[in-house]
Amino acid sequence: MAELKKVKIRAHDLNFYYGKFHALKNINFEIMENAITALIGPSGCGKSTLLRAFNRMYELYPDQHALGEIFLDGKNILSPTQDLNQLRSKVGMVFQKPTPFPMSIFDNVAFGVKLYEKLSNDELAARVEWALEKAALWNEVKHILKRSGLGLSGGQQQRLCIARAIAVRPEVILLDEPTSALDPISTQAVEALIRELKNDYTICIVTHNMHQAKRISDFTGYLYMGGLLEYGTTEMIFNHPVNPSTKDFVTGRVG
Amino acid sequence: MSSSFNKLFRTHRKIDRVVYGVSLFFAVLLLITALLIGFKLYQASIPSIKAFGLPFLWSTEWNPVLEKFGALVPIVGTLLTSFIALLIGIPISFGIALFLTELAPAALKQTLRILIELLAGIPSIIYGMWGLFVFAPLFADHVQPWLIENLGPLPIFGPLFQGAPLGIGILTAGIVLSIMVIPFIASVMRDVFEIVPDMLKESAYALGATRWEVVWNIILPYSRVGVFGGIILGLGRALGETMAVAFVIGNAHHLSASLLMPGASISSVLANEFTEATGKIYNSALSELGLILFGITLLVFLCSKLLMKQLHKR
Amino acid sequence: MSFLYIKRRLINVLACTLASLAMLIGLIWLGWILFSLVKNGMPGISWHTIFSITKSPGGGGGLLNAIAGSFLMVFTAVLIGTPIALFVGTYLTEFGQQSRLAKAVRFVNDILLSAPSIIIGLFIYQIYVMQVHHFSGWAGSFALALLVIPIVVRTTEDMFLLVPDNLREAAFALGAPRWKVILHVVLRVSRTGVLTGILLAVARISGETAPLLFTALNNQFWSANMNQPMANLPTVIFQYAMSPYVDWQQLAWSGALLITLFVLSLNIVVRVIFKQKPPIH
Repeated sequence: MAELKKVKIRAHDLNFYYGKFHALKNINFEIMENAITALIGPSGCGKSTLLRAFNRMYELYPDQHALGEIFLDGKNILSPTQDLNQLRSKVGMVFQKPTPFPMSIFDNVAFGVKLYEKLSNDELAARVEWALEKAALWNEVKHILKRSGLGLSGGQQQRLCIARAIAVRPEVILLDEPTSALDPISTQAVEALIRELKNDYTICIVTHNMHQAKRISDFTGYLYMGGLLEYGTTEMIFNHPVNPSTKDFVTGRVG
Repeated sequence: MSSSFNKLFRTHRKIDRVVYGVSLFFAVLLLITALLIGFKLYQASIPSIKAFGLPFLWSTEWNPVLEKFGALVPIVGTLLTSFIALLIGIPISFGIALFLTELAPAALKQTLRILIELLAGIPSIIYGMWGLFVFAPLFADHVQPWLIENLGPLPIFGPLFQGAPLGIGILTAGIVLSIMVIPFIASVMRDVFEIVPDMLKESAYALGATRWEVVWNIILPYSRVGVFGGIILGLGRALGETMAVAFVIGNAHHLSASLLMPGASISSVLANEFTEATGKIYNSALSELGLILFGITLLVFLCSKLLMKQLHKR
Repeated sequence: MSFLYIKRRLINVLACTLASLAMLIGLIWLGWILFSLVKNGMPGISWHTIFSITKSPGGGGGLLNAIAGSFLMVFTAVLIGTPIALFVGTYLTEFGQQSRLAKAVRFVNDILLSAPSIIIGLFIYQIYVMQVHHFSGWAGSFALALLVIPIVVRTTEDMFLLVPDNLREAAFALGAPRWKVILHVVLRVSRTGVLTGILLAVARISGETAPLLFTALNNQFWSANMNQPMANLPTVIFQYAMSPYVDWQQLAWSGALLITLFVLSLNIVVRVIFKQKPPIH
């Protein structure tokens, strides 16, 4: 576990504003390649905000903006010359609530792929099968691929969204509280899936569930009121936190 | 991930820009069109404004031969018919909305609602024909003589009911208009009555209130913004209605105190006379009438937006 | 049982009775009008009515050119108006949102939505008919298109706003360009609602007379030339109904019945099958 990992994403002096509200203050943060990094902290501390900066999802909303730098493999993605669609082809996101498109299961997974790649029907089918396999959903849906994605259960829908994100073969996968809307059994399945995925992808997960962070992540960052108070290996953060606020949070005294 | 990818992203960006540009273009075009409507109406009215000035608004003259025109008769016709339409329409719409939300058996609710809304779908020319050929004769034979006999001699209201039972006229137009606005007002009222929270109504019932008391004291105050909006909607419809009124108002440029006499509304004058109008002044006077109508509906619209804002605040 | 209690009960009964009466009155109006339409219009409906063109009184004419003209102009109006309205709706929800321009456009659209249709006709007369010096089917279509646009803009905006932002974000997160998000996600989710908006607009303009009075005018003969005055059902009905000729009046009733059947069927289809309401506020 103590192998040397490469830095995949590095935030440097990152500040974020919702209008005049200063939501993220001078964040300096690293996400290591092929590892799972968790962001924890009390509600409203800015963890989702930070996550959404990594694929510049905030660009959709005119009064939100970011200052500073975020380097993906050494290239600053906050630069105005960065093509957003290209960025998002490398950095995928799964949301809190499952959001299947109103299409068949097959079309859902194929949607992203068809954006960038011209695959033959066979190649596309193979890719869809591969993604659904990786998302541990293939066996459950392989005979109902033409059915609408909306007909699946909550846990299945979320795994569908994960398959959809994987299908475009990104390098990074961002997960914004992916199991908070799921029942415990589906949560287990999704967590097992995330652990599997880290071998091929860089994962950053926001979670309000400390136990989840402890269970699956390699590194953890603790955010409080817009600032990154502490960051280190999960083992360190949970067992030997340095910052008293971190200690209070991880021991459940506050939150 | 190389130059072919980059080319793809560049194409996507280009298409995005085009879509944005086209959407923006048409949005601005819509804005300009609306402004142009007002401007063009004004432009066409200038010869008439120059010829008659402000007195145009209160003159009852209408002489195409001598080229002397006044807007009072059409204006009064428009306002009076709309007023009558609302006077009759609001209580009936209220009753219908009440019935649909509180009294109708669940199985019938949907059907009754659709039936009332079908009234809104009937084209206005149908209302006109029905008003002229079916309603007006019956009105003239059975109702108007009664009105003239019994209400005519009364003090104050008497003068409203003088004259011969022609069947057509201001009152008839007002009644036909009321039928046309009922589905609009009733529909809006029903919508806002439906969204009153059940808990609110239940607390009133729990205190022993009768159904009517719940409606009058809880539902109505709670939904007054929507009710007001519905009434304004009906008013707007009534003011601008052309064909139904054109059939039954009688098209006489004659101002009279009696509702049973024929009159004219701005839109009926336009419908009946525009294609036949000759001469610059005649055409301009008609355009000025159009400008006045546009102004009235605009005013009603603005007032309603303003008042809605006020009501929402409270 | 106190006097107050009895009084309250009585008032309640009275109010409920009046409300039921109001409902009855509404239904009676509807029934009466439809009954008159069928009673007066049916006798005149025949193969001949629909398939021969208008002729002078006593000439045994029908309504073919009027029906065709109406159909042509409504179709053209929808063809012109719908794409424009979709783009404006897209601008309002996807691009402009709460910007000053978007607010202004929304405001103006509401004004157009409630503007008297005769004013719209007058406007087209002023900017088009007067410039080309003749009435035409095109002018009629333009006037009708100007009625279609505010309706479809309103329904499109309402429907697009119902699409949850999550869905858009999910598509963006995959790297989709905005035009694909609009086309493949937003429009796709709301397509039923948008379609019913269009159908309701069709129902509305099919019965409109006023905007055609000084744009398309009318045409006694058969003409499919959009650049000439074009016959249309509402104007023909108006002319025939106001005339003193019995056979013309019969045709007016039949024409009225035809229009009403068409419009009401559309309304019923939309309201029952798609469960939509028109954007009247």
